[in-house]
Amino acid sequence: MTGTTYSHAPGFVAGDRPQIVTARFEYEDSYTLERAIATDGYAGLRAALSRSATEVHDEVKAATVLGRGGAGFPAGTKWGLTPAGVWPRYLVVNGDESEPGTYKDRLLMERDPHQLIEGCLIACYAAGLSQCFLYIRGEMALAQERVAAALNEAYAAGYVGRNILGSDFSLDIVLHWGAGAYVVGEETALIESLEGNRGMPRLKPPFFPAAIGLYGKPTIVNNVETMANLPWLMRNGSAAYTAIGSATSPGTRMVAVSGHVKRPGVYEIINGTTTFRDLLYGEEFCGGIRDNNELKAFVPGGGSAPWFLPDQLDLPFEGRLIGAAGSMAGSGAVMVMDDTTDIPNAALTLTRFYAHESCGKCTPCREGGTWLMRILDRVVAGQGTQRDLDQLLEVGGTICPGDFPHASSERLGLAAVPFPYKMTTICFVGPSAYTPVHSALTLFRDEFEAKLVKRTFIPVTAVSVSETEAAL
Amino acid sequence: MSRLTEDNVRVAHEIISRYPRPRSATIPLLHLAQQQDGYVTNDAIRHIGELVGATSAEVLGTATFYEMFKFEPVGKYLVNICRTMSCALMGGEELMHHAEHRLGIKAGSTTPDGMFTLEHAECQAACTEAPTLQVNYRYRFRVTPETFDALIDDLAAGRLDSEIPAHGTVARIRQHIPAERGVGAVPPEDATNAPSWMTVAEAPK
Ligand SMILES: Cc1cc2nc3c(=O)[nH]c(=O)nc-3n(C[C@H](O)[C@H](O)[C@H](O)COP(=O)(O)O)c2cc1C
Ligand code: SF4
Repeated sequence: MTGTTYSHAPGFVAGDRPQIVTARFEYEDSYTLERAIATDGYAGLRAALSRSATEVHDEVKAATVLGRGGAGFPAGTKWGLTPAGVWPRYLVVNGDESEPGTYKDRLLMERDPHQLIEGCLIACYAAGLSQCFLYIRGEMALAQERVAAALNEAYAAGYVGRNILGSDFSLDIVLHWGAGAYVVGEETALIESLEGNRGMPRLKPPFFPAAIGLYGKPTIVNNVETMANLPWLMRNGSAAYTAIGSATSPGTRMVAVSGHVKRPGVYEIINGTTTFRDLLYGEEFCGGIRDNNELKAFVPGGGSAPWFLPDQLDLPFEGRLIGAAGSMAGSGAVMVMDDTTDIPNAALTLTRFYAHESCGKCTPCREGGTWLMRILDRVVAGQGTQRDLDQLLEVGGTICPGDFPHASSERLGLAAVPFPYKMTTICFVGPSAYTPVHSALTLFRDEFEAKLVKRTFIPVTAVSVSETEAAL
Repeated sequence: MSRLTEDNVRVAHEIISRYPRPRSATIPLLHLAQQQDGYVTNDAIRHIGELVGATSAEVLGTATFYEMFKFEPVGKYLVNICRTMSCALMGGEELMHHAEHRLGIKAGSTTPDGMFTLEHAECQAACTEAPTLQVNYRYRFRVTPETFDALIDDLAAGRLDSEIPAHGTVARIRQHIPAERGVGAVPPEDATNAPSWMTVAEAPK
C-alpha cells in the first residue's frame, strides 16, 4: 500500500495511514453518487440528523477540527461566534485554492464532491445556517463540473434541498464560481466577491464575518478540506477523530509537497506528529531530494510562510510548533529547494506573485509589493547594489514594522523569531510579498551579495561622492 | 456587440434566482457573456447591469478586477503557463521560453491566425505536477517541450475539440435546482427567524 498512486487522481499518493478525507480516491468513479452511497456516503448526514443541532455542534467542538484554509482556527468554535438571535446566517465554503504550493482542495472537489456536499450539510445543520454558497476558483473547470453534477444528483436524490431525507432540515447549496484573483481567497474578499463586487478584503477587526458577513449577516467561512472532515467525524465520533494526530492538532491533514523531491505528491498525513523529515525523506512520502542532492531550504506552509532550513526537519507538522519556530503551517503546502536552487530568483517567483495579486486597497501592499518585486528583479538580473538589499528590508519594514519571524540557523548562529508579525495592511497579501524576501535575505544573504554589480564607474546621479562610495 | 441571447437570458434568470440578492450573480453572468461571445462585450456589461440591478460602471468595475474576463477577443485557445515557485523550480520559465518560440509570440499576445493566446499564470493548484499549464482552464501536467509541441499540434488539428471547448466556456455542466426540490433564496431581511430545525431557542445577548 505504501506510496500508491492513481492515474485518475494526479498527484495524490496513498499510504498505509488513516484516511479521513481521501478514502474514496482509490475508486475511479469516486465522484459519483453511486460510488458515494456504496461507500458510506451521506451516512454522516444521517447520523447528524438523528441528533439535535446542538449535539452535532458539540461533537464538532469536541473534535477540535482545525480550519484547513490557513489560519487553523477550530471550526466548532467559529460556528459559535455568531451573535445570538441574529438570522439568517450563511455558510460560504472557500474553494478558491490559490496559495502558492497548495494543492488539495481541488482534488477534494474533483475526486469527492459528495463528501464536500455532505460536510456542508452537516455544518449548516449544526450551526443553523440557512443557505450555503460553495465558492470554487474560476480556473478550476473540472472541479466546477464535478461539483455541479454532484449537486444535481444530490438534489434529485433528496440529499439537498427541501426536507432533506424527510426531516425538517431544508437547505440549498449554491455553486458559485470566481474569475481569477488570489486575494478573493481571503474570507472577507470572498464575501465581497460573492456580493458581486471587486474582491477586496474588508477591514477586520472589529467585525468578523461570523458577526457581519454576507449581506451584512452572520456568515461562517470555512475551507473545503475543513468541510470534508465532517462526514467521517459524524460517522465515527469525536473520540475516534482525536485518537488520530496530536492533542493540539487532531485528525489528519492534506499536505502537498512540491519542488525538488523524488516523489512530489499530495499526502494525507497524520496531523501534528508527522515530521518534515518523514515527509521529505520517508519512503512512503517523497523518498528524498531529487538526484540525491542536498536540501537547501523549504517553505513549510504555502507561499506566505517564512522559510525553513534543514535545521527544522525534525519539527512535526503542527501549527503551534511551526509558529514558535518562526513560520506557519498555513495551507499545508511544502515547497522544497535543493542545493542547485538560485535563492534570490526563487524568492522573486513568490514576491512577484503577491505583488501581482495585490488588490490595491492598502498603500504599503500596493506600492511596497511592487517595489520589492522591482528591486528584487534588478538584483536577480545582476544589476543590484548593496543599497538595494538595504532598501528591500526598509520597504519590508513599512509593511511589517518590527521583528519579522524567521527560522533558527546553526550555520548562521541565528535564533528563531516566532510567528506572527505586525502589519500595516488589511490582509496578509502585503506581508506575504515581503516574507520570501526576508527569509531569503536573512538566511542566504551571501547569494544576494554574489549577484550585486561591482561598479567600476561613477553613476550619473545627484548623490554626493561619499554616498556613492557607500553604495560600492 | 451582443447582449445576451434569449436562451442565455433564461439561464441568467435561473442563476439570479439562486441568490438572496441579484447582484451576487454578477460574476456568473459575466462568465455566461464570455461563453457566448468569447470575451465580455460592452453591450453584455450593460445587459448584465440591467439584469442584476447595477449600473454598467459597477459591472465593469467588478469585471475588471478578475483576470479571467477579457474585454477584447483572444485566441480560440488561451494557454496559461504557470510561473509561481513550484513550477519555476521545475522549469516553468524554460517552458514559457519554449512556448514563445514555438508559437512565435511573446507572452500576453495572440497568434495572427487567432488560434492561440499565450499568458503567464500564477499558481494553478497542481504544484506537485510541475511544470503545469492550462488550455482554456484544462490542465496539462509535467509539461516538456515535446509534450507542449504535441499539444499545440493536437489543438491546431482539432483533435482535442471534445475535451477542450473554445475560450469562454469554463464548466460545461451547470447546476440546476429542480423547482420542487429547491428551498429558494430569500432576501436576508425576509428571513429573520431561526431555521425550523434549530429547536433550541437562543437567548438574545
Ligand atoms: C490572502 C489570503 C488568501 C487566502 N486564500 C484562501 C484560499 O484560497 N482558500 C481557503 O480556504 N482559505 C484561504 N484563506 C484563509 C481564509 O481567509 C479563511 O481563513 C479560511 O477560508 C477559513 O476557513 P477554515 O477556518 O476552514 O480554514 C486566505 C487568506 C488570505 C489572507
Ligand atoms: S494587503 Fe494588499 S491585497 Fe490585502 S487588502 Fe491590502 S492592498 Fe489588498
